[in-house]
Amino acid sequence: MKMNRITLSIFGAMLLAMSAGAQNLNLPTDATAGQAVSIPTSGSGSATLYVYGPGTAIKQKIQLGEPIQLEGEQLKKSGRYTVIIAGGQDSSGSFFVSPAKLESLAFLARPSRVPASRPGVISGSAYLFDGFNNLVLEKHPVKFGLTIDGSSGGGRSVDSNNGVAWVRMDSGKKAGAAQFTATSGDATVNRVVQQTASDPCNIRMKAQPAKNGNILVETDPIRDCTGNPVPDGTIVTFTSTDQNGRSTVDARIKRGIAQAELPPSQSATISVAAGVVLGNEIHWGGR
Amino acid sequence: MKFILPVVLVVLLAVLVGMATVHTSELKPATTPEGAVQSLLSRAKGKDFAGAYNYVSPSSNTDQQSFAKDLNGRDGSLRTYSSLQKFNTKVLHENDTEALVRANVEWSTAVGAFYDVRDLKVLREGNSWKVVWPVMKQAKVPPQVIPVNFLRWDVVTRGSDDDWGAQNVEAPRVRITSMNAIERDGGTIILGEIVNEDTVPGFVAVGATLVGKDGKEFAQEESFDKISHTILPKEVSPFRIDFPGVKLANVKSVRMQPNALLVAASADPVMGVLHQRIEKDTQGRTVLKGELINQTGETVNIPHVLATFYDNAGRVIWVSDGYVDQALLPQTPVPFSVAVRDDLAKNIQTYRVTVNQYSLDRAQ
Repeated sequence: MKMNRITLSIFGAMLLAMSAGAQNLNLPTDATAGQAVSIPTSGSGSATLYVYGPGTAIKQKIQLGEPIQLEGEQLKKSGRYTVIIAGGQDSSGSFFVSPAKLESLAFLARPSRVPASRPGVISGSAYLFDGFNNLVLEKHPVKFGLTIDGSSGGGRSVDSNNGVAWVRMDSGKKAGAAQFTATSGDATVNRVVQQTASDPCNIRMKAQPAKNGNILVETDPIRDCTGNPVPDGTIVTFTSTDQNGRSTVDARIKRGIAQAELPPSQSATISVAAGVVLGNEIHWGGR
Repeated sequence: MKFILPVVLVVLLAVLVGMATVHTSELKPATTPEGAVQSLLSRAKGKDFAGAYNYVSPSSNTDQQSFAKDLNGRDGSLRTYSSLQKFNTKVLHENDTEALVRANVEWSTAVGAFYDVRDLKVLREGNSWKVVWPVMKQAKVPPQVIPVNFLRWDVVTRGSDDDWGAQNVEAPRVRITSMNAIERDGGTIILGEIVNEDTVPGFVAVGATLVGKDGKEFAQEESFDKISHTILPKEVSPFRIDFPGVKLANVKSVRMQPNALLVAASADPVMGVLHQRIEKDTQGRTVLKGELINQTGETVNIPHVLATFYDNAGRVIWVSDGYVDQALLPQTPVPFSVAVRDDLAKNIQTYRVTVNQYSLDRAQ
């Protein structure tokens, strides 16, 4: 309610100042967010000061002839501020408060998981802020970097434009948790982009009798076509077909390989597949 | 005179209470083979397994405890959450000394009605008939350590105090690889398959919205339990969505809504589906049979079998499911049977069986 009253008062004072052909004030030209400013006044007697700007509305009594002190705490938001002095010779003007020094970044990285070795699949957008969460509009270089297991997967420096810098990057060849960083000045933000293996490539399995009489089937380490191990937990289906019907086991890759036990058989055809990728086929037993 | 009526009522009440609470220890001997089966099942329906056991022939070589567990379930299986709802019997053949009686038993379970058909041999023993009730002896796995490389996925999600730019981990990418709309029994059925193309597990649900000839949506359903909800990387699950009473001719188009959530999940247990074959059961119906085997060391309490049937063009023409009322103990095969529509049997070129599992001692 108090804020509303001040806003209404400021609006009224503004109309008054405009209608009276208000005299311009000597306002600062290089104000910075969070820093105090001093505005000189002329004349004598008391007057009322109105200041409004982004998220700010101030009303206070002042003595004409003495400089007006606006504290840094009152000017935290960057943007245009309007000053109106009502009383004596009405006067008004406006000044711009620039963002303070770059202190932090907000970094949006997409996606959180991406297949390895894909061009232009990772995007990053960095938003530059000062210590008061004002968007820093001044041009700053932002360095984007992608590293995995300490080795660089690519980097690029981009100048910010109106407080934003963005980049599109290729995913690295190596699977794993890639560290995607954005750095500007002293501010650094880190995001994790999981680079994952693609579909399995060239699945090979071998079969041998298990101790309990079953057929133990086991794959070689399963990798994608660029040599990355296919993630553990991926389903690998072993199928055995013989005169008793078909037997299937949906095994999971664990520690890079998949294994399962198939029922004993005198003569069976055993195959292996993961997703749409087929592996080798084994003919088990005599014919 | 005025006390006569209250006294009569009190006496009557006492007699009724007595009749309700006191079981007759004497059991009527069964004078017919069908009567023996009916008496046994009636006692079992009332959870009086000791009484039911009196109708079991000693030649069954079944002790009372095994008999009770056979009817009442064990190891947290679906049968332990069931009760015998109703039954009917039919004498298949009979002579002076033995008979064969078919018992159609309906169990009410936590997942709906469960039907069991047993052809029971009944023997004349003295002046009464007794039922041969063989309990399948489960092969005991010798005490051993089964090494399992336990694999699970945990998810660290965005916290409330993270900055607004911190991204959350994304839901897994899933894709419907096939979809087929058919009409059966006066209703529309949407069949298909969904694959998890990602490298993380997903909790999936498939919804379908039917759009009518006027372009307006008029029905919406989900796959409910005709799907494997938790699918691991590269895993394919069938789904079936039923719209009872909706004519396919009234449907202009179908909107599919595959939804996937990233969830913590475990890669175990691994279950094999052995000796899958399509054949006729004792009643002449087409069924897909096989055995399930739990290849890990943990008991699976309620296995759920999902079967996908394809025609010669590789199109999904039916999805069938069935719960198994026995728990899957480690390394111990358990038979299963899933109904196949007789009208579709001739079109089935191939099929695929997957197994869902529900375990009491594991959240995922």
